[in-house]
Amino acid sequence: MIPELGHFALILALCLALLLAAVPLWGAWRRNVAAMELAPGLAIGMTVFTAVAFACLTHSFLVDDFSVALVANHSNTLMPQVYKFSAVWGNHEGSLLLWALILCLWTSAVAIFSPQLPLLVLSRVLSVMGGVAVGFMSFSLFTSNPFARLLPSTPVEGSDLNPLLQDPGLVIHPPLLYMGYVGFSVAFAFAIAALMGGRLDAAWARWSRPWTNVAWAFLSLGIMLGSWWAYYELGWGGWWFWDPVENASFMPWLAGTALIHSLAVTEKRGLFKSWTVLLAIFAFSLSLLGTFLVRSGVLTSVHAFATDPERGLFILVFLAIVVGGSLTLYALRAPSVGSRITFHWVSRETLLLTNNVVFLVATLTVLFGTLFPLIMDALGQGKVSVGPPYFNAVFVPLMALLVPFMGIGPLSRWKRDATSRWRRELLPALLASIVAGVTLPLLAQPYNIWVALAVLLCGWLVFGLAKDFLFRVRSGAGIIAGLKRLTPSYWGMVIAHLGFAAAIIGVVATSQYSVEHDLKMAPGDSEEVAGYNFRLLDIKGQQGPNFVADEAHFEVFQDGRLIATLKPQKRRYLASGQVMTEAAIDPGLFRDLFVAMGEPIGNDGAWAIRLHYKPMVRWMWLGAILMALGGFATVADKRYRRERRTAEVAAGGAVAGG
Amino acid sequence: MHPVRKQRLYIVLFVVVFSSAAIGLVLYAMRGNINLFFPPAEVVAGKAPLGQPIRVGGMVVDGSVQRSEDSLEVRFELTDFAAKVPVSYTGILPDLFDEGQGAIASGRLDARGLLVATEVLAKHDENYMPPEVAEALEKSGYDHKGVPQ
Repeated sequence: MIPELGHFALILALCLALLLAAVPLWGAWRRNVAAMELAPGLAIGMTVFTAVAFACLTHSFLVDDFSVALVANHSNTLMPQVYKFSAVWGNHEGSLLLWALILCLWTSAVAIFSPQLPLLVLSRVLSVMGGVAVGFMSFSLFTSNPFARLLPSTPVEGSDLNPLLQDPGLVIHPPLLYMGYVGFSVAFAFAIAALMGGRLDAAWARWSRPWTNVAWAFLSLGIMLGSWWAYYELGWGGWWFWDPVENASFMPWLAGTALIHSLAVTEKRGLFKSWTVLLAIFAFSLSLLGTFLVRSGVLTSVHAFATDPERGLFILVFLAIVVGGSLTLYALRAPSVGSRITFHWVSRETLLLTNNVVFLVATLTVLFGTLFPLIMDALGQGKVSVGPPYFNAVFVPLMALLVPFMGIGPLSRWKRDATSRWRRELLPALLASIVAGVTLPLLAQPYNIWVALAVLLCGWLVFGLAKDFLFRVRSGAGIIAGLKRLTPSYWGMVIAHLGFAAAIIGVVATSQYSVEHDLKMAPGDSEEVAGYNFRLLDIKGQQGPNFVADEAHFEVFQDGRLIATLKPQKRRYLASGQVMTEAAIDPGLFRDLFVAMGEPIGNDGAWAIRLHYKPMVRWMWLGAILMALGGFATVADKRYRRERRTAEVAAGGAVAGG
Repeated sequence: MHPVRKQRLYIVLFVVVFSSAAIGLVLYAMRGNINLFFPPAEVVAGKAPLGQPIRVGGMVVDGSVQRSEDSLEVRFELTDFAAKVPVSYTGILPDLFDEGQGAIASGRLDARGLLVATEVLAKHDENYMPPEVAEALEKSGYDHKGVPQ
C-alpha cells in the first residue's frame, strides 16, 4: 500500500510540475497576475508530493519491504539501519528520485526566499525549474520507476547494497553532490528568465549570485567527499582518478567557478552579461551531461551502475531539448542585451576575464578528454581510453597559469588600475613568496623543485591576499572597526582563495612526497616506510553485522616510539559474497599513514600488504572545505536581502552610473 | 575604431591566442596518453602493436590465476572465448578480480605475446560489465557467463 501511495504522490507531483511549467509562464506572457501568483504555491505543492514519494520509498527500505523490486535488489535485513537509509539513493531509480526531490527543494527555496524578486521574474524562474522537474519526474516514472513491485513471487531476503556504498561518506556524498549539480538549475532558470524578459542587468546578477554561490559550495563539498571516499574506501590510496564520473562532477564545478566570477563582474560593473548567461546555461548543461554519462553507462567507470540504453536515450533527448532550446533562446535574445561599457586593460575586469578564460579552457579540455573515447568509437576508430597523464599534462599548467593573477586580483581596482601601483603594493608579497618558496621545502628531504614552485605560487596568492586584507582593515578607524567594515562577500572570497591555495599545496606535496610499498608480509614481519616502522603482529578472523573479515593488527613506530595501531580488514559480505578492502588510516595534518590488505599469498599465512606514507593529503580536502565555506559565507551579505524597491533603484543606478 | 569595438577585438584576439595554446597543449598531451582496447582474439591474431600501451579485456580464464610464492607477481589469462592472452601483473589486484569474471588489463605486449600489465581493472558492481568487454564477448558470440548465444 505504502509504495503505491508513493507512486501516486510522484504522479501528482509530475502533474503539478507540468502546471508549474506552463501556467505561470503563460501568465508572464499575457501579464496575467493571477496565473503568475500560482507559481510559488505550485512549486511548494510539487515539493510536498515529491517528498511524500521519497518518504514512502525510504519507509519501504527501512521496513525491508522486499515486494518492492528496488528494495529486494539493493538492501537486506542484515544491513545496519543507516545503510538501509542510504540504500534509497545507492541505486539508479532511487538516486533519480533524490535528484527530483532536491530539484523541488531548490525550487521551493527560490519561491520562499525571494520576496524581493518582481513577480514577473519569479514566475518565469519557477516555471523554468518546473520544466526541468517535468523532465526528471517523467524520466523517473516512465523509464525507472522506483516503486515497481515483485508480486506475487516476493523474495524473503534481499540481495545486498554494493558493499562499496556501505560507508558513512557515501551516506552524505550523493545528496551534497546533487545539491550542487541541481543547484545550478537555479542559475540556469534565472538566465533563461532574463533572456525571456530581455532584461539582463545588475539586479539580475545580484538575484542569481547567492544561489549560484551556494550551489557551487555544495558541489565543492560533494566532490571533496567523493575524493575522500575513494581514498579510504577503494583501498588503494588514490584520491582522484580522472574517471569519467569524477569528471562529470568536476566539469560543472569548473564552469561554475567561471560563472561565479563572471557574475561578480556583471553585478558590480554591468559587463560580460551575455557571457554570464552563456556560462549559466553551460554549467547546468554540464550537470545534465554528467547525469547522462553516469546513468547511461556509455563510458567505462568505477561508478557506473548496471544500465539500459533506453534510459541513456531519454537523458540524451532531454539534454538536447534543454541545451538546444536555451541556446536558441540565447541566439534570439542575447544581442539585444549587449553592453557599451568599457574598461581599461589594467583592471580587475581583465583579471576576472583571465579567470574565466582559464576555467573555460580547463572545462573544455576535461570535456574533450572525457568524450574523446565516445567520439573515436562513433568514428569507428576503435575503443580508446584517455588516462590521467593527459588530464594532468593539460590541467596542471592551466592552474599554475591562474595563480599569478589570483595574487593581484583582490587588490586590483575596477575599471582602471596602474601596473606601477601593483608593483609598489605587491613587491613585499613577491619577495615573501620567493623566500617561502626557497626555504619551506627545505623542511622535507629531498628538496623538490615542484613543491618549491607550488609554495612560491601559493605564497604569492596568500601574501597578495594578506596585503589587501591588511590594507582594508587599516583603512578603518581601528582594527575592530576595520574588521567590521569587511563584508561577508569579502570574507567569502578570502576564505575560498585560501582554500584554493591549501588544496594546491596538498595536491602537489602528496603527489611528490608520497611513498608506497606493496609487499608480502607475514605475522612478525616489519617494514620501514619513510622513517615509519610498520610491524605486523597478527591476522585474525572478525565477525561484522553483515560480513566476515580477516583483520590485520599493525603497530607503527617512529624512532622506537609507538605512534599508531592500525587494523585494516579484508571483508566478505554475506549476502552477495563480495570481497572488500577496508583500509586503516592514521590521519594527521601533515601526513597520513595508510595500510590496506591485498590477498593471502603462499601457505605460511602471509598476505600482500599495501603500506603508504601520504604527506599533507588532508590539505586538499581541507582546502575544498574552505572553498565551500567561502561560498556559503557570501550569502550572508546584506545586499542580497534588500527590499524589492531599493534593489531595483540600486540596479538602475548601477547601470546608469556604468 | 569605436573603443568598445576595439576592446572586443582585443578580447577575441586574446581568447583565440590563448585557446590555440591550449589546443596545442591538448594535442601534445594526447600523443602517447591514449591507449587502444583490443579483444584477446585480435591480440592473438597479431593485430595489437608490441611494446606500446594497450588495454586487453575479457573474462579471466577459470583455473588460470597463478600467484608467485615469494613476490606479488600474478599470472592469469584473459579470454573472449575465441582466444586467450596471458597476462602478468605485479601488485595488489582489485577486490572484485576473480576467475570467471570480467577484467581489463592495461600494459604492453612483449615479444612472446605476454601482456605485462601495469594496471588491472575489475568491475565494481556485481551486474556491471565494462562496455568494451561486453562488446568483445558479443563479437565472439558469447554472453558474459561464457554461454554461447
